[in-house]
Amino acid sequence: MVSTTTKYCEIRFGECNKQLLEEVIFYGISLGADFVELFIENSDNSSVLAEEDFITSVSPSFGRGAGIRIFKDKRDGFVSTNDLSKHGLMRSVSQAIEMLDISQKNNTSNFNGLEKQKDYSKAKINWLKEVPSINEVSEKLLLSTKALKKDKKVIVRKGSYSRNWQEVIIASSDGTYATDIRLHQTVGLNIIANDAQYRSNGSRRFGSHGIPNEFRLWDHEKAANEVYESSMNMLYADYVQAGQMPVVLANKFGGVIFHEACGHLLETTQIERGTTPFKDKLNEKIAHESVTAIDEGISEGSFGSLSIDDEGMEPEKSILIKDGILKKFISDRAGELRTGHKRTGSGRRQNYSFAAASRMRNTYIAKGEYTKDELISSISDGLYCKSMGGGSVGATGQFNFAVEEGYLIKNGKLTKPLKGATLIGDAKEVMPKISMCGNDLELAPGFCGSVSGSVNVTVGQPHIKVDSITVGGR
Amino acid sequence: MNATEITSKITEAANILNIRKWDYGASFSNDYSVQVDRGRAKQLKASQKQIITLRVWNKENLVGITTTSDLSETGIKKALEQASVASEFGNRNEITDFSPLAKDPINVKEVDKKNPLGIKKLLNILREAESKLIGSHEAIKSIPYNGLSESFYERIYANSDGAFRNHSKSQAALYLYARAEEKDKKPRSSGSVKLGYGVEDIDIESCIKEASNKTIAHLNYSSITTGKYLVCLSPEAFLTIINAFSSIFNARSIIDGTSLSNKNSIGDLISIPALNIYDDGLNDKNITSAPFDGEGTPTKKISIINKGKLENFLHSESTAKIFNTTPTGHAGLGSKVSVSPDWIVIERSNECSELNKLLDHENYEGEFVYIEELNAIHAGVRASQGSFSLPFDGWHYKDGEKCSIESATVAGDIKYLLKNIVNIENKEELTTSGISPHIWINKLSITGDE
Repeated sequence: MVSTTTKYCEIRFGECNKQLLEEVIFYGISLGADFVELFIENSDNSSVLAEEDFITSVSPSFGRGAGIRIFKDKRDGFVSTNDLSKHGLMRSVSQAIEMLDISQKNNTSNFNGLEKQKDYSKAKINWLKEVPSINEVSEKLLLSTKALKKDKKVIVRKGSYSRNWQEVIIASSDGTYATDIRLHQTVGLNIIANDAQYRSNGSRRFGSHGIPNEFRLWDHEKAANEVYESSMNMLYADYVQAGQMPVVLANKFGGVIFHEACGHLLETTQIERGTTPFKDKLNEKIAHESVTAIDEGISEGSFGSLSIDDEGMEPEKSILIKDGILKKFISDRAGELRTGHKRTGSGRRQNYSFAAASRMRNTYIAKGEYTKDELISSISDGLYCKSMGGGSVGATGQFNFAVEEGYLIKNGKLTKPLKGATLIGDAKEVMPKISMCGNDLELAPGFCGSVSGSVNVTVGQPHIKVDSITVGGR
Repeated sequence: MNATEITSKITEAANILNIRKWDYGASFSNDYSVQVDRGRAKQLKASQKQIITLRVWNKENLVGITTTSDLSETGIKKALEQASVASEFGNRNEITDFSPLAKDPINVKEVDKKNPLGIKKLLNILREAESKLIGSHEAIKSIPYNGLSESFYERIYANSDGAFRNHSKSQAALYLYARAEEKDKKPRSSGSVKLGYGVEDIDIESCIKEASNKTIAHLNYSSITTGKYLVCLSPEAFLTIINAFSSIFNARSIIDGTSLSNKNSIGDLISIPALNIYDDGLNDKNITSAPFDGEGTPTKKISIINKGKLENFLHSESTAKIFNTTPTGHAGLGSKVSVSPDWIVIERSNECSELNKLLDHENYEGEFVYIEELNAIHAGVRASQGSFSLPFDGWHYKDGEKCSIESATVAGDIKYLLKNIVNIENKEELTTSGISPHIWINKLSITGDE
């Protein structure tokens, strides 16, 4: 039964808000909504920047707000507000109802009240107290920039840390009532090396979810060495010669190729838009038989992991492609409603001001049987992409991404470093060309920007070989 | 809460906390947007946002900052306290202060502030636009990326020294990106974006026509052979390049070592003498203009490149102090204040005798590549190295015929590009990010599928 009296007139974090939430949802249903969802957020973020041997920026930020989504048939209206009072939330519900032009009042039996609160935040209540202080962060960041100071060619040294703490309350008219706390920490190192007319960059980013102590354990010396070596290897590199060629993509962040080339096209938002070539390909072969690909939100500590998605559902492990056969799409509530693909616990959003959408979490190609050397030795002329930059996919499925650190493969051996390469292709054409997968699967954190804002993800793969791809260069 | 109330609230809280020096920037907005899918409302969205960024200075004159959307008394007090804590880590090597121009008069453009049309009207307008665009050609099957929005917002800057300024305005945007499909061919997509102070200012018909023409024009495509080509950059494409490499004239980037310029670069010839570049945030045609920056400095027109020579850098208060000059109105508001251009205007200077004026994108009959739009800027530009490798939508002109290019990238170096401009056409065109004529570059590397 739905409660009729409300103890508090505004949302209180860390307390039970069941009565107030029920009242707001009941109000929406009574006005004619098929479905009402509330996503309420309290955030406490902090970032620190070290440049050379000084802390140059410390930026705390706080936010509170609610995203209210109303469904009617297959349409939805979304309103976001900073006003967390009962009046403010109800006003937002009214606004969403009006937007959807709902005039026929509903039978309120569509809503039977909220279930017992599922509190996923219990074990996480002290996370904010357990994360390193600004002082601790500053000291370690300065050690990391100092570790980058290896010779005079290094002209820029930067270390950055970001901590995002988010407390969420999710309630909807199907009875869902859940609370959770999320904690993401990332640390990045950047370097610019310069010698006469030569210049190179090096960067690495590390990240975790739900591990307050992670930054303290971060091996800054090892990270600094990696970044320094990468920039030095590339400092005098020649520009890559453009053309079609076989490539070997490194493990970890090399997985961005699958993320951009294929992962986005397996989100139900792309089916809704009609922008995926895989819409009608379920149980058909879309990739080489050596490819099995997974999207999941459950790997402990991984940057894209969640206890619940932003629609209150526990995430599942989704095998997207099994031995080259398309098995599943990544789906959220709207995706299920509009495309029929069952929710996978992938409804995600940057914050309360975005409606959730089907988004990737930890997405990777499963390991195969080959060693890295076997992949490289199978190529007579090609490119080894050791480190990847960002990328994107357009409305026609064409993707591109930058190679930060590349090497020429000649007669099955790695030879000179090459810079300026961009990999360009079309998922439908490239996926069948991933012919060999290595046995060294590793994951790397990243940020993915799309329809519901920027979300934390993990990309990953073992070393893989693509038989032929367009390499943009000079 | 209005601008005066929030300033009073901050003043009171700062007094209680014994904080003597502070400033803040605030933004209050109401946004409405709609998307459609083949006649059906897809997502309707409204948001009310309020956000303030507070800076406080401690007794050592070090600055700390906090951003919050909680404007309750408790929220403001917490933000001031956190900013005080952050000030203990303030940068001792670069002292930030109030802008010396924060009380100077500002130049506010006379623009009618529009009233909201409301979601229902937005929806009807967009539905009609979508229907017309789909109906414009049988190959156009859907408009996967579309939206119509209207925003109403107020920006405020105030400080404990008595500076106070606010500005409110309205803005609307329409974007239509069509997807065309024909049997045995790859899908093609193109589109158009239009801005206005209100929806009634937007030329919806021209947005539909432009999106349709651009999409249909690319239906018949072929690949291009990899090589070096004479290239004509559309106004939009050239502005994209200049904005991507704006660190060349950004004082913040120079101090940070991420620019290709240095403190002594003023006066250097960095392009052919026929090129002038301005930053002109207050230009009459700039819908997105703001009369002051994050530090309260008035927006103004500034010459960046004059006859090929670097003439001015863009500054915040702290970078201007280091360069012994005045802020230019290009600052954000942050713990480390960012600097960015407002609205770039490109023109041909009067030292243009060396240009090959026969190169005109409408009449030239020789072989060249026309780059309509550059994509994936975030992935393909290495601003600190000066290099780029970018996918593009464009055309290959050869033997008097033009053909859409199937899939290609253009790669090069910004220094080479600016020094190898072979023509700057006479006619300047308005885009959403500035004004520019068509620009011709000699021998840029194009990678195609062949």
